[in-house]
Amino acid sequence: MVDNQQIFAYRRSNGRVGVRNHVAILPVDDISNAAAEKVAAMIPGTLALPHAYGRLQFGEDLDLTFRTLIGTGANANVAACVVIAIEPNWADRIAEGIAATGKPVEAFAIERTGDLQTAANAARVAQKMLQDATELQREPVALSDVWVSIKCGESDTTTGLASCPTVARVVDRVVDEGGTAFFGETPELTGGEYLIAERCESEEVRKKFQTIYDDYLAMIEASGADLFGSQPTEGNIRGGLTTIEEKALGNIAKTGTKPVVDVLGPAEAPTKSGLNYMDTSSAAGECVTLMAAAGAVLHLFPTGQGNVVGNPIEPVIKLSGNPLTVSTMSEHIDLDVSGLLSREYDLDEAGRRLLDVVVRTANGRLTAAEALGHREFVMTKLYRSA
Amino acid sequence: MDHQFLIHHEGDDVAVAIEDVPSGREAVAVAMDTGGRVTVTTRGEVPLGHKVALKDLKDGDDVHKYGVAVGHVTADVSTGDYIHTHNMRSSRW
Repeated sequence: MVDNQQIFAYRRSNGRVGVRNHVAILPVDDISNAAAEKVAAMIPGTLALPHAYGRLQFGEDLDLTFRTLIGTGANANVAACVVIAIEPNWADRIAEGIAATGKPVEAFAIERTGDLQTAANAARVAQKMLQDATELQREPVALSDVWVSIKCGESDTTTGLASCPTVARVVDRVVDEGGTAFFGETPELTGGEYLIAERCESEEVRKKFQTIYDDYLAMIEASGADLFGSQPTEGNIRGGLTTIEEKALGNIAKTGTKPVVDVLGPAEAPTKSGLNYMDTSSAAGECVTLMAAAGAVLHLFPTGQGNVVGNPIEPVIKLSGNPLTVSTMSEHIDLDVSGLLSREYDLDEAGRRLLDVVVRTANGRLTAAEALGHREFVMTKLYRSA
Repeated sequence: MDHQFLIHHEGDDVAVAIEDVPSGREAVAVAMDTGGRVTVTTRGEVPLGHKVALKDLKDGDDVHKYGVAVGHVTADVSTGDYIHTHNMRSSRW
């Protein structure tokens, strides 16, 4: 059955594979959101990506915003991209970064033009991009061509029992076939971080991982914050999770059994196939945005109590093993794996069912989050702007 | 269903309820990895997704789940007791 199902997707000129075909209208900064949204309103079928930042950032924080913007436009789920900024230099810089993929991209600046004329100019380009994009054809690709990201949310004890180990089956399969997968959530590894360190492929990778983890802990300590009240969250505790260690073990259950081949900075594209670790926050919108910016085209999201997150360019597939969640929030759940708790079927069968959803979603079926209009595009801000 | 709890790893100190389990229930817990079954009589209500003690534990003892320590108990605990934030906490913070 599933094992022979073919994925049909878009192979871009740089060789990367996308499962969606968006024409993105990307504002570089918050004050360009309105113009970007005007373009998307004039040319239905294009996708505006408004966000909150991009002004007066500096240093590492600015680098991360640029990397996120360029990575988002460069993602293989994006066929073409219009970039709009208040100032021309930054618009050009982002557009040049995206253009390295070989896809159509054009930059517009609002200064000395104004929102209305800028939107009109950009809409003419966006229209042609959209028409050209709709002519692109899906072609047969391998599962290993589809870069997969994973992150869970609103975890409870059922995520560790059911939805996370189900994701692990697919992650192991993707890696076995030579594909690329990545996980993150530095804070939520706490209590199980030694298990990830042990799985690092080399001493060099292990050191990189340990440094990131230790830096994170030092940052928390330096801030004087006590995470006791926030990790696990109230929702986690309501779901039966008592400690951060217990939460971490459930979280880690979704990473499967393969070695960690590399450690990535936030939004940094992987260079090695296999299971990559990315330094991210555990906030769903931020984490998925960073993973999409690194090139992931399909996200697997186990949830317990029912996180509803989506992403504008990367489809987010949700699965839950919590019978209460799958009945009270059914419109958010793409795959019900509560049968694992009742032992109606085993993890092999749950993994097959998830792979089936992966193939169908890659082939174009909308996820629950896409159908519900969840488009959380959330920049990770490292510190305040100048 | 013929079981009310699941154990991640045979030998764990706790099992997770897969339905709301009332106090005083003679319940069955099944190990996910081996299929091994144990019986436990609950000494308190255990809501869906929450944990029951499968062993007697002394104040300060580690609590094992997934085969590893995931925190410690902050009071003496008897087999069948409901385990959560009132009698268990993180060993990290």
